[in-house]
Amino acid sequence: MVSRSPDRIDPGARAAAGLALADDIVARALAAGATEVEALVTSEDAYLTRFANSEIHQNVAEANIGVNLRFCLGRRIAVAATGRTDDDGLRALVERAAATARSVAELKDWGGLPGPRDAAGRGISGSASASAVGYAAATAEASPEFRADGARAVIAAADAAGVLAYGSFSTTREGMAVANSAGIRVAHERTTSQLLTVQMSPDGGTGYAEAAATDATTIDAEAIGREAAAKAQASANPVSLPAGDYPVVLEEYAVLDIADMLGYLGFSALAVQEGRSFAEPGKRIGSELITIVDDGADPAGLPMTYDFEGVAKQRVVLVERGVCRDVVYDAQTASRDGRASTGHGLPAPNPYGPFPLNTLIEAGATPRDELIGGLERGLLVTRFHYTNPVHPKLAIVTGMTRDGTFLVEGGRIVGPVRNLRYTQSYLEAIAGVTAVGQERRSLRGFLGSAVVPALRIDGWTFTGATEH
Amino acid sequence: MRDLTDRALDTASGLGATYADARIVRRLEESIAIKSGRVEGVASGETEGFGVRVLVDGAWGFASSHRLDLDEADRVAGLAVRIARASATALRDRVALDGRPPAVGTFATPVEEDPFEIPLERKIGDLLAADRAAGAVEGVTFTESSYGAQREWKTFAATDGSFTEQLITHIGAAVEANAIDGDEHQHRSYPDAGGGWGAGGYELIRRLDLLGNAERHAEEAVALLSAPQCPAGRTTVVLDPSQLYNQVHESCGHPTELDRVFGTEASYAGTSFLTTDRLQEGFRYGSDLITIVADATAPGGMGTFGWDDEGVAAQSVDLVRDGIFVGYQTSRETAPRIGRASGGGMRADGWNRIPLIRMTNINLLPVDGLSLDDIVADTDDGLYLATNRSWSIDDRRLNFQFATEVAYEIKGGKRGRLFKNPTYTGITYEFWRSCDAVGNAGSYVMLGTPNCGKGEPSQSAHVGHGVSGARFRDVQVGVGKW
Repeated sequence: MVSRSPDRIDPGARAAAGLALADDIVARALAAGATEVEALVTSEDAYLTRFANSEIHQNVAEANIGVNLRFCLGRRIAVAATGRTDDDGLRALVERAAATARSVAELKDWGGLPGPRDAAGRGISGSASASAVGYAAATAEASPEFRADGARAVIAAADAAGVLAYGSFSTTREGMAVANSAGIRVAHERTTSQLLTVQMSPDGGTGYAEAAATDATTIDAEAIGREAAAKAQASANPVSLPAGDYPVVLEEYAVLDIADMLGYLGFSALAVQEGRSFAEPGKRIGSELITIVDDGADPAGLPMTYDFEGVAKQRVVLVERGVCRDVVYDAQTASRDGRASTGHGLPAPNPYGPFPLNTLIEAGATPRDELIGGLERGLLVTRFHYTNPVHPKLAIVTGMTRDGTFLVEGGRIVGPVRNLRYTQSYLEAIAGVTAVGQERRSLRGFLGSAVVPALRIDGWTFTGATEH
Repeated sequence: MRDLTDRALDTASGLGATYADARIVRRLEESIAIKSGRVEGVASGETEGFGVRVLVDGAWGFASSHRLDLDEADRVAGLAVRIARASATALRDRVALDGRPPAVGTFATPVEEDPFEIPLERKIGDLLAADRAAGAVEGVTFTESSYGAQREWKTFAATDGSFTEQLITHIGAAVEANAIDGDEHQHRSYPDAGGGWGAGGYELIRRLDLLGNAERHAEEAVALLSAPQCPAGRTTVVLDPSQLYNQVHESCGHPTELDRVFGTEASYAGTSFLTTDRLQEGFRYGSDLITIVADATAPGGMGTFGWDDEGVAAQSVDLVRDGIFVGYQTSRETAPRIGRASGGGMRADGWNRIPLIRMTNINLLPVDGLSLDDIVADTDDGLYLATNRSWSIDDRRLNFQFATEVAYEIKGGKRGRLFKNPTYTGITYEFWRSCDAVGNAGSYVMLGTPNCGKGEPSQSAHVGHGVSGARFRDVQVGVGKW
């Protein structure tokens, strides 16, 4: 049973308070002369317990709130933000936004703020209530002692294996409310939790394991600890392997980077409109085995009901059996293409465009043993580290392997190898997928959350090696 | 402010904290984003709050809040103590801090033209003019230009009697031209893809002369579309300051952070190859020309301040001297473990984050003799690499790979034709040992990055890097399949 903080949290009351604040700001801005206005209120109670060398060394808590005001004078748009929600703070916010709007030039193609219905009259916003999906009271009210219990369970698994544990356990409540002058009024409360650990053996082995969930009590800390500890033991005393092309099995932690990076580089309507995306409807970019969707409502991930413009998140098929189908839109990019937002807007101002924040790669039919069993000679990669695009339009990415890289021969793991650098097109990687794992993991990436399986890929270009 | 910090510290002490500090931070930000001549985003932001850090039973606790009132000070201090007690249930070694005199005083970044007093129309106009100049070049597909300014008021108090107040002002701007043809996407940015940031006022933006440099960089972006691919092989490279500062950042800045060495970043950013035994043995990090310092007193650097977020006075610490690894960036907790006093490297990203060891200004000191132009003139055959495009380095900071926006061929001491998509890779200490020329003081510039990531929850830091350009021999370039 989870140990809870003294204060019980009523998510409905929280959501209503957020929406009331958003309504108040909209009213103030309209009174100040705005022709259109959008108020976004975000809040969070975030807690994180961090451990290293098998002891807790950091333990932090944060209570925060932010208000983002988009203030329009015709086609003159300004954004102001504040963390001050008292009367003086809100008055200053509106004055600052209004003054800025008077100073800027018109946006000729301003498409207006989204309303609760699209051009065809379909509802795209939803109701003004806390979401039943994506919220767990046990996470919102988790105590420092609960997180310490999780950390100790991971550490105990490391102790039992003779390795050291490093990692973090976070529990977060996030609130979001959006009100605008076009009639959108929505509020959403969600919770997220993540437990991750790197473990290190005295002989140079390292292992990794992670879980992300809406409900922190569903995370099995002991199992996470055991998984990383076993990997740290198995990867001890790695040997050098020359760089070159190898078939690979990428564990879910590594596949997460492919999902994130493709979303970041290509599956945004703005990237398409600016000509910097690889995505094109009907174009084959992946193996028949690859289907990628973005779905903020899927409880397998970390659900998010609305985007930061208050538009309900649509399920968008990005890649279907290897073929590009669609990309994600916010209100502004949708207006340019004469269609409705898919609910992927970020807080204004947003020169980066919309992004898929809830990516899922469909599971396949191959058990883990068979993924590895299908490698005649190749590498099993646990995860990637410090990846960065080298050529964005071709989705060429460089990065390092980390926390467990193994040589596989004849379908069996032979032993650990030192970490390798790769310089690889992620498009060529998904085109080369030969098998998809039947299990998936819910993980947190740099773009949001993702639910991904392990993949077997025909070829992966390793371009260097390091000393560990 | 003092009543709130006093209250938080008194409450924490009363609940059993043996040490506590409190920081109140107010941050003001302003940004302008322009795309292809359209002012796409003008935003301003303000945030304020306070954080309380406590030591109880030898363990740390931290809590923070946006509500600045005495009742909240009590609640937050109490929560920090409760969190510390939970930390103590999984503790093997009690935290011990080094001694230092109480910090008292004020500091402010020198500012000639207050960026928050300059009319918004003028700032937009300056940026728009540069953006339009870049966009007017035939073949440019789109342009992106940005401006940002940040001001932070920071009050620090601790149970040892420390009380400091600081006002830090940072500013940056950049213009970028993009050229796209089929699958080829090239861009050139000035002064830097990260935004040309520094500590100071709007005078820094004027000195950048965005308008005067926009057209030249846009022309290069277009020219790169038809330039040959950077050849693969081993060759001599000369790194322009716009790339060299990233090389310093990734391969010297991060591995000399002592908290990384002790494993407290292992689960996120990684550890370091510069282990403490290498400090004792006098490990050869680079050639004799390499001297690198962490200098929080350097003028114009984004890592310049009066005191760090533990109340340790700004100072300059040697990291590498004449090629030998001699020191770390440290904190009050980590420094005693290697028998030293804190070098004052602890900073937090706002009121809601704990301080971590963060780079101040990590500077590769200039070497008397050759200017950067002289170094090029002294090079028979090689590549001149400018403006960082991407970066990656392993979790112990050994194997790195960088891409730059442009490579210029060097033949017979002259910069010649362009190559597109240049990359280079190596092992940190082998690379720095291969350095046979560092530019002199006349070529020295203070650059920096406004988005250095570290920690969980993640923190972004503004850090400075003074560099003058340098030459490296026998470097692997042209990595991957193109």
